This record gives sequence, structure tokens and C-alpha cells, in this order.
Amino acid sequence: MDTLSQATADAARLIMSGNADLLSAVKTSLSVSLTATAFACVIGAPLGALLAIRAFPGKPAALIVVNALLGMPPVVVGLIVYLLLSRAGPLGSLGLLFTTKAMIIAQVTLTLPIVVALTHRATHALWKDYGDALLIDGAGTGRTVLTLLAMARDPLVTVGLAAFGRAIAEVGAIMIVGGNIRGHTRTMTTAIALETSKGDLALAMGLGMILVALTVLVSGAAFILARAADRP
Amino acid sequence: MTRHLAAVALALIALLSNTRADAQQRSFTLASTTSTENSGLFAHLLPRFSAATGIDVRVVAVGTGQALALAVRGDVDAILTHDRAGEDDLVANGHAIDRRDVMYNDFVVIGPKLDPARIRGMRDVKLAFRQIASARAPFASRGDDSGTHRTELRIWQASAAHVNWKGEAWYRELGTGMGPTLNTASALGAYVLADRATWASFKNRGIQELLLEGDPLLLNPYGSLRVNPDKGPHIKNEAARIWHEWLTSEPGRAAISSFAIDGAQVFFLPDQMPRG
Repeated sequence: MDTLSQATADAARLIMSGNADLLSAVKTSLSVSLTATAFACVIGAPLGALLAIRAFPGKPAALIVVNALLGMPPVVVGLIVYLLLSRAGPLGSLGLLFTTKAMIIAQVTLTLPIVVALTHRATHALWKDYGDALLIDGAGTGRTVLTLLAMARDPLVTVGLAAFGRAIAEVGAIMIVGGNIRGHTRTMTTAIALETSKGDLALAMGLGMILVALTVLVSGAAFILARAADRP
Repeated sequence: MTRHLAAVALALIALLSNTRADAQQRSFTLASTTSTENSGLFAHLLPRFSAATGIDVRVVAVGTGQALALAVRGDVDAILTHDRAGEDDLVANGHAIDRRDVMYNDFVVIGPKLDPARIRGMRDVKLAFRQIASARAPFASRGDDSGTHRTELRIWQASAAHVNWKGEAWYRELGTGMGPTLNTASALGAYVLADRATWASFKNRGIQELLLEGDPLLLNPYGSLRVNPDKGPHIKNEAARIWHEWLTSEPGRAAISSFAIDGAQVFFLPDQMPRG
């Protein structure tokens, strides 16, 4: 049997048998990446909108930096978070290294620039069109930001999904700060890397298929929820 | 707005801090090498250890170089590695204590079935490396400062001063773990030094097979070390000590020698010599 059909068979067998390692990896992947995305959105979306409405010296430089951070390699983020959380590092006393919390911190760091940059892009045009009306209305900064975010909720769904996609797909950062510990910090992507290193390419590919199916499900759920929220 | 953001950030930090003391020490973190994890040895040992002691071992499987670095920084509680010189350095510098011989496995030379350098069945690994160099046959090196990589470099250095290998086009430094290196070697049809355990459980063999084994230079001793508890109260010294004692006790030794891949023992006790 060739590797691809073997992979499909492996994926089906793992799902059917309710394999405990698989369930644990799926659960860890989803909980870490969804939590990280939620934090990144709650922190990043208001920041992005603020960037759109506020003028301050150095704003072009800030925008360039935020956009450049879109290209941060996960392994570099992993290394930075590792050095911060290591017992010999400044935040070592928190005891977070090799926990799912460390993985969430790494993925928030990784996805925050995406949320800020894309939210800025989505609210910038709205601010140009409706900014004057909001100013005349006497809206404060907080209300203006919330109004803009509410108006931009459609593109913001895509922003959230882009952040989630980056989080669920990465392996470099969580491998370093999570340690790929079986049953604790092993995710779908670190399990795929492990099976590849064992030369079990079919099992690795089967896990990959399951991961892709999961991301399709999450994306589908987000669109259905967004549509439901749009209905009067 | 900024006030709100600051509040969110504070809540995040509060939520994330993990300072709760783990007085019972029902778990500890062990840094070990990819060879012990990938071969399935831990899947064999850990359930036995946990059943006997109730302690959960969290294994972080990395190259030996990284495992030693994790111990130096106090990020793990114990290590199980295979670089005697590096381990002795750790003890000498006060980072780890009580190094013990746990087990041996051995390295083997893997290569393409066609064997362009004609090393099949040789016993002298230095001579074999010399032949690979003069045949300019592709050789895949780990290149990642792991225990296996350090052993490979020692063999090249011992093989003869006039053999050029570093920087040669046929010598590929991959900078990857044992498994990825075997995957690449399999695709390149390259010679590669591998530990027997990883090779025995490796699935993507393609045209590769075991060509050379049994040179005493290829012995690969594993040592267990506890991270020095002086590194701070976060070191789970008691759980690590129980593990360390168990590994070298009768039940631990029995568990190690009963581990087999396809019916063949791959890790040997210090007082048993590996085959060859």
C-alpha cells in the first residue's frame, strides 16, 4: 500500500478507535490555540483600532514594526519565551516552562501582531469614512473603538481565523516551550513532528489529515456563528 | 482604554502564574534523548515505574546537548543522556549530582544496500569511515551536537588525520535529530551513524540497511543524573531521586533488559556487554 492510502487508513483507524493519545493531542491543540487566539483578539483588536484612530509621533514606524512581526519565525518566538520562562530567566519563578500555559504565552506572542495589523487595516478605512460623524457625536476613545470594531465584525472573523490558523499550525514555538510531553503538552503538530522523526510517515500524514479536518471544522463553526449573529 | 488593557494584562498574569507548591512531588520532569523516546523505551519503562511509585514522569526528548543545557538552567529535575564527557563536566561544575551508569546501547553504521564504499561486514569503524571518505560516498551527519554527533566526530578524528571530511561535498551536515537524519539519509542513499534502538524501530528504511556493527568504539553508555537541588526549591529532588534509584535497582534493571524491538534486546545493562 502506498503511503497516502496507508495514511488515510491510519487516520480512520485512529478516529474509530478513539485512541487516547490522539484525543489528548487534539484536546491540547484546540484548547491551547483557541485560548491563545482569544487572548490575542481581546488584546490585539482594540490596539489595532486605536492605531487606526490615534495620530502620534512614530506611528508609521509602529505600523512597520507590527507588520514586520507578521513574519516572526515561530522557533524564534519559542526561544524568546523559553529564555523568559526558563528557571534561569526573569520569569522563571512562575514555574511555567513545559506547561500548556507556556504554550499559550508563545502563541499569543506569535498571533498578536496578526490581530493588531489586520484589525488596523480593517478599521482604518471605516475611521476615514465615519470618523467625523463619531467625533461630532462626541464619542470617547473607548466608545469609538468599540463602534469601529462592531462595524468591522465581518473582516474581524477572518482576522480571528487567520490568528487561529497561525496558532494551530505552528510547531516550532510550542515544541521548545511545551517540551512535547506525552499526555500533557503534546499537540497534533508536535505529534506529527515526532512520528515523522520515527520514520512512520503514514501515521504522521494520517495525523496531518485529522488536523486539517479540525481546522476546517473550526473555520466552518466561526462562519456559521458570524452569520447567526448577523441575523436581526 | 489603556486602563482596560492594563487590567487585561494583569488578569492574564494572575491567571497564568503557576506558583502552587507541589509538596507531594507526584511528578517531575526528565530531559532525555530522542533515541530513548523514539525507540519506545520510555513507553515500556514509565508505566512500570509509575505503577510502583505513583510518580508521573514528564519526558522532554531532545538532543543530548540541549538536555545538558536544560539541566544547567535548572529547567528539569533529572536527565538521562549519552555523552560521558559532557555529563562529567556537569557534575564537576556543580550542576548535577550522582551520575550513574544505567545502560548501554551501541551505534551502528547504516548505508545503501549497494554499499559503494564496500564496508559491509567490517568490524573496524575507523577503517570503514576512511573508505567512505576515499570513495567520496555521501555521508549524512547529525550535525546537532547530540551524543551521536559527538561520537561520530570522535570516530572521524580517530580515523586518520589525512582524511578530509569536514566541508567536503559528500559530507552533509544536517543539523537534525536521529529520525529526520535517517529519513534524509534514506532519500540520499547516504551512510549514517545511528544508535541501534532508533534504527530498530525506524520505519522509513527504503534502500538502507545495517552494514557495520560491533566495534568497541561504537559503545554508547547512558547515564542518569539528578539536577543539583541547590538550584532552588523548584527542583523536585525527592521524585527525581526515587526515579534515579529505581532505574539502577533490580526492578529498573529488569525493565530495561526486558525491552525489545522485534524480539531483539536493544539496551544492555552496564554489566552485560552488547553483542559483538
